[in-house]
Amino acid sequence: MIPRSFEYHAPASLGEAIALLGQYGDEAKLLAGGHSLLPMMKLRFAGPGHLIDLNKVAGLKGIEVAGSELHIGAMTTENEIIFSKLVAETVPLLVETARQIADPQVRSRGTIGGDISHGDPGNDHPAVMLALKATFVLHSANGERLVPASEFFLGTYYTAMEPGEIMTQIQIPVLAKGTGSCYAKLKRKTGDYATAAAAVVLRLDHGICRDAAIALTNVAPAALLATDAAASLLGKAVDDGAIMEAARLAMSICEPAADMRGDESYKTAMAGQMVERALRTAVTRCSA
Amino acid sequence: MAKKIVVSFSLNGAPADVLVEPRELLIHTLREKLMITGPHIGCETSHCGACTVDLDGVSVKACTILTVQCDASEILTIEGFAKGGQLHPLQEGFTQEHGLQCGFCTPGMITRAYRLLKENPNPTEEEIRFWMAGNLCRCTGYQNIVKAIQYAAAKMRGEPVETSHPLMAEAGV
Amino acid sequence: MDADIKDLDRLERLEGIGCSRKRREDPRFIQGKGNYVDDVKMPGMLFGIMVRSPYAHALIKSIDTSKAKALPGVHAVLTAEDLKPLKLHWMPTLAGDVQAVLADGKVSFQNQEVAFVVASDRYVAADAAELVEVDYEVLPAVVDPFAALNPDAPVIRPDLDGKETGAHGKRRHHNHIFNWQIGDRDKTDRAFDRAEVTVKQDMLYPRVHPCPLETCGCVASYDPVRGDLTVYITSQAPHVVRTVVGLLSSIPESKIRIISPDIGGGFGNKVGVYPGYVTAIVASIVLGRPVKWIESRSENLTTTAFARDYWMTGELAADRNGRISALRVNVMADHGAFDACADPTKWPAGMFHVCTGSYDIPNAHVSVDGVYTNKFPGGVSYRCSFRVTEAVYLIERMIDVLAQKLGIDKAEIRRRNFIRHDQFPYHTPLGLEFDSGNYAPALEKVLKAVDYDSLRAEQAAKRADPACPTLMGIGITTFTEIVGAGPSKSCDILGIGMFDSCEIRVHPDGSAISRMGTITQGQGHQTTYAQIIASEAGIAASLITVEEGDTATAPYGLGTYGSRSTPVAGAAIARASRKIREKARKIAAHLMEVSPDDLEFDLDRFNVKGDPSKSKTMKEVAWAAYNNVPEGIEMGLEAVDYYDPPNFTFPFGAYVCVLDINKKTGETKVRRFYALDDCGTRINPMIIEGQIHGGLTEGFAVAMGQELPYDAEGNVQGGTLMDYFLPTSVETPHWETDFTVTPSPHHPIGAKGVAESPHVGSIPCFSNAVIDAFCHLGTTHVNMPYNSYRVWQHAQSLKL
Repeated sequence: MIPRSFEYHAPASLGEAIALLGQYGDEAKLLAGGHSLLPMMKLRFAGPGHLIDLNKVAGLKGIEVAGSELHIGAMTTENEIIFSKLVAETVPLLVETARQIADPQVRSRGTIGGDISHGDPGNDHPAVMLALKATFVLHSANGERLVPASEFFLGTYYTAMEPGEIMTQIQIPVLAKGTGSCYAKLKRKTGDYATAAAAVVLRLDHGICRDAAIALTNVAPAALLATDAAASLLGKAVDDGAIMEAARLAMSICEPAADMRGDESYKTAMAGQMVERALRTAVTRCSA
Repeated sequence: MAKKIVVSFSLNGAPADVLVEPRELLIHTLREKLMITGPHIGCETSHCGACTVDLDGVSVKACTILTVQCDASEILTIEGFAKGGQLHPLQEGFTQEHGLQCGFCTPGMITRAYRLLKENPNPTEEEIRFWMAGNLCRCTGYQNIVKAIQYAAAKMRGEPVETSHPLMAEAGV
Repeated sequence: MDADIKDLDRLERLEGIGCSRKRREDPRFIQGKGNYVDDVKMPGMLFGIMVRSPYAHALIKSIDTSKAKALPGVHAVLTAEDLKPLKLHWMPTLAGDVQAVLADGKVSFQNQEVAFVVASDRYVAADAAELVEVDYEVLPAVVDPFAALNPDAPVIRPDLDGKETGAHGKRRHHNHIFNWQIGDRDKTDRAFDRAEVTVKQDMLYPRVHPCPLETCGCVASYDPVRGDLTVYITSQAPHVVRTVVGLLSSIPESKIRIISPDIGGGFGNKVGVYPGYVTAIVASIVLGRPVKWIESRSENLTTTAFARDYWMTGELAADRNGRISALRVNVMADHGAFDACADPTKWPAGMFHVCTGSYDIPNAHVSVDGVYTNKFPGGVSYRCSFRVTEAVYLIERMIDVLAQKLGIDKAEIRRRNFIRHDQFPYHTPLGLEFDSGNYAPALEKVLKAVDYDSLRAEQAAKRADPACPTLMGIGITTFTEIVGAGPSKSCDILGIGMFDSCEIRVHPDGSAISRMGTITQGQGHQTTYAQIIASEAGIAASLITVEEGDTATAPYGLGTYGSRSTPVAGAAIARASRKIREKARKIAAHLMEVSPDDLEFDLDRFNVKGDPSKSKTMKEVAWAAYNNVPEGIEMGLEAVDYYDPPNFTFPFGAYVCVLDINKKTGETKVRRFYALDDCGTRINPMIIEGQIHGGLTEGFAVAMGQELPYDAEGNVQGGTLMDYFLPTSVETPHWETDFTVTPSPHHPIGAKGVAESPHVGSIPCFSNAVIDAFCHLGTTHVNMPYNSYRVWQHAQSLKL
């Protein structure tokens, strides 16, 4: 219940935060929403000597449309995403996803940047970012670089972030008119991580699929982009047969870890079920 | 041991100053240093919500907030609801609708429901259940808690309210 | 007309039995002014934390506390060595066994208590706990109760070496605790031999935990100047705790004060005495300062009284029409490493022998074997009324198994076997006397309310449609509970009879204070007890202060668990109130210069028969009690009653559950749950409904997701709220409640108690519904919990 002792820093600017990261190196951890890090520290599974709190850093919040992209500050909370009319209008998949994360209080502090950069295969945003072809803006002492989601998630607690980097913004292409999307998550109860979940983005043109993305949560060491499964839908009507084939292909890349939620065969089967459920729902949301 | 830090915030409308280690959790500061024992501790994994307080306009679990993060903040706890002996409609609703039994989850429930109604003054039952899902209760099964919140919401919208538990029920019912 | 309105007005102001009085407890809870144990602060108070074993079974080679003791702010680090001179390193359990307070050379379950660190605050204590160094030699663990009885199974209890007899008779193996049998074995076996049909089913009631929102804890404060010990404690039985502490510490009970303040839910978790209480008390005595110990959630879930872990085999013998002639039950009871099961002394399987249920079964026999394993201790808890959850589960599952075997509708088979209304009081073949019941009308009411025939028709249509994505299940239970422990001739805790008590003192102004030997943990005693007094003694409930939980002032009682408060303390309250009323009658008669026989009691006053203009209110009588009483009668107006119940009470219910299972994912949605409960006289309908909601929600959680499994090395799984299934407002179904009223003939106000029924009765109802969803495919039983993983596995086995 009680973390080990640490030093606390609350920088007011990004530059200050980066400097602190540089100063303390791997003795330091960034504190965003804190609802992944602090519980680990309270159980003494983690014990960093320094916490760098990002909550007072200017410029890390905000939701705006820039050109054809939605830009979300990394410190935007899940509830802020849920309540945002702009997000609902441009990338409703994010609202649906955020609503299935944790519970209301956790969502008032948990941030999209934290959810993405923690590297936890159980977190929900990574798969959604893959399906949305998002790009992450990372700042360091060397300046800024952009990393596409498809190159970001490397393994369990292992991302493309380098030491000394802070995620500042998430950039998402605004979904084209007529795009249908869905995040289907099977969980044991509110607040649980996914037993398996699927993020689907579909664009239909007179019933024929022109664009598809399918990504999976918590059925591998990191979020999975099911490229073959999505490709199998292109040029076809997304009917029962196509859906089941896509699900089968998605299941074939799953490598879940057995735990109290279930064994490998169950979790893989549920990944398939969530792909089917998400595809069926996404189809109904395509207005073309 | 890390150096202690002075943290100042507004607590239920009055200024508070505390001297804390960086690792001190807000729930402990409230309960041990500020005599605020309404919010309770029911777990150590941030699940139960018994520690819920209102921090800068949002509901948070005080067990997962460091006190040092609250400098210049506005904190509202259950102790700040009744004003001059007058109960808040939520407090009235919880009694009228039997929304509590052992009372342990109640401060967190009411504090959360307060923010819920600010965010949505006219919630459906489904919305109430969804937006209260961060507060666990072992006694009530939530059904009367939903009614209590509906009662308060109606009263706060200026509508007439009536308890679903009249003192003397019709004979034979 | 006027008289009616005036009477109604007086009746309302009285707030007696039957009205939905709003709770007197609420004002403090809704304003955050409750007084729970962790709210208690005393000057100089220190904080204690347990150091626990990471291993399920190990020898302790050494414990080095030096680094911990050296940490600034640490006041003491206790181990078994420190407790030995006080003979407190072991303590007696409520089941006639002993339990290590701090591990004495060996640990026998994961998270067992090894050392107790006392520091200036909980932060220092947490740091110091990490500095205690324990050197373990790991031993093989056994977590399967059947394997525990293998000849070469690890010896879990070397302290019982050579003891061939335990508290409950002969032990046949080093890990065996007891064998308990009841019923006529020969008659039962012969009935099976003769029967046209027999069915047999193995079923597991998995290990679960009550998980009240407030964990266990205490503040122990020994005053070295006065030689007094005060302990604030999360206890459902403060007087029993006082007696136990007196026995352990040799401090006379007159110098021990146990206070159960506000308790954040008990559910049976807070009946026993836990090592943390003992070490806090010892530390306080040794240090001369108050010591607080509050366990964490994972400590609560993995070391305090678990529930169930009963491996049951049920058998029914019947004729081809489903009329049951015999029940035979064998149970393997996994008690963990120490038998700390909180049962009445004579019954190591509690009231499991209520397992003939609501049915007229002429022959029955039960055999229960208790076994040690490397798991944490407990057994009786979680709203179970002493193994009644297990008993009711067994019979309600078995009758469905029989129905399926014979192709008889599950409601109809119950009708054919119900004990009839005219058979009460009913003597079961296992030695119980059911006080009253009226099962058939209750079932009919429920079936009508849910339109049972339409549900079965819908189910048949869905089964005939291969495209239907769900399986529909309909579960029925018609259960009889046994509560109100209990008559002292059969029920005692550590030798103290299970009576309960009430004292009432009326003040000169007509208001009153009353105290009872029970202790509410959310059941609303402060509200409902006053209602009983109001009806029986004519004093408005709002003028009655009700106190419980402080052994310095409350009369001795056995506490609140097993729904015993209303049947036992409630009876004492009614009788004490009647004593008050009878003395008041004499005073009123004296004031009006008539004979007591000339008076009739009218709600809140005594009227002269035939002349209602001549009357004295209880308020007037109260004043007179302090200055003008008849010759030969003492001043004052107070009464005490200790009630030893003549029998248990037997509330009953009829529940129906409708659910739909997704064939492909195993997700189960409860569509409808209709619960009819009969608890006899209903004191406060609002509070009863609240108790039913709570019990049904617990039952839902148990059936649909709760479990605390162990791996082969003895590591307990799922011991935090990450995994342990506590449903939120989203998962919890909507409950429909209903009632009938069949009073208890032996209870002064006919009340039976109700709060455990919804837990006891709903679990088999969910179970029956899930299995019913698959029964057309040949399924006779699936063990709980019915999380989607396990339901999916079952669907897969049927190739759905």
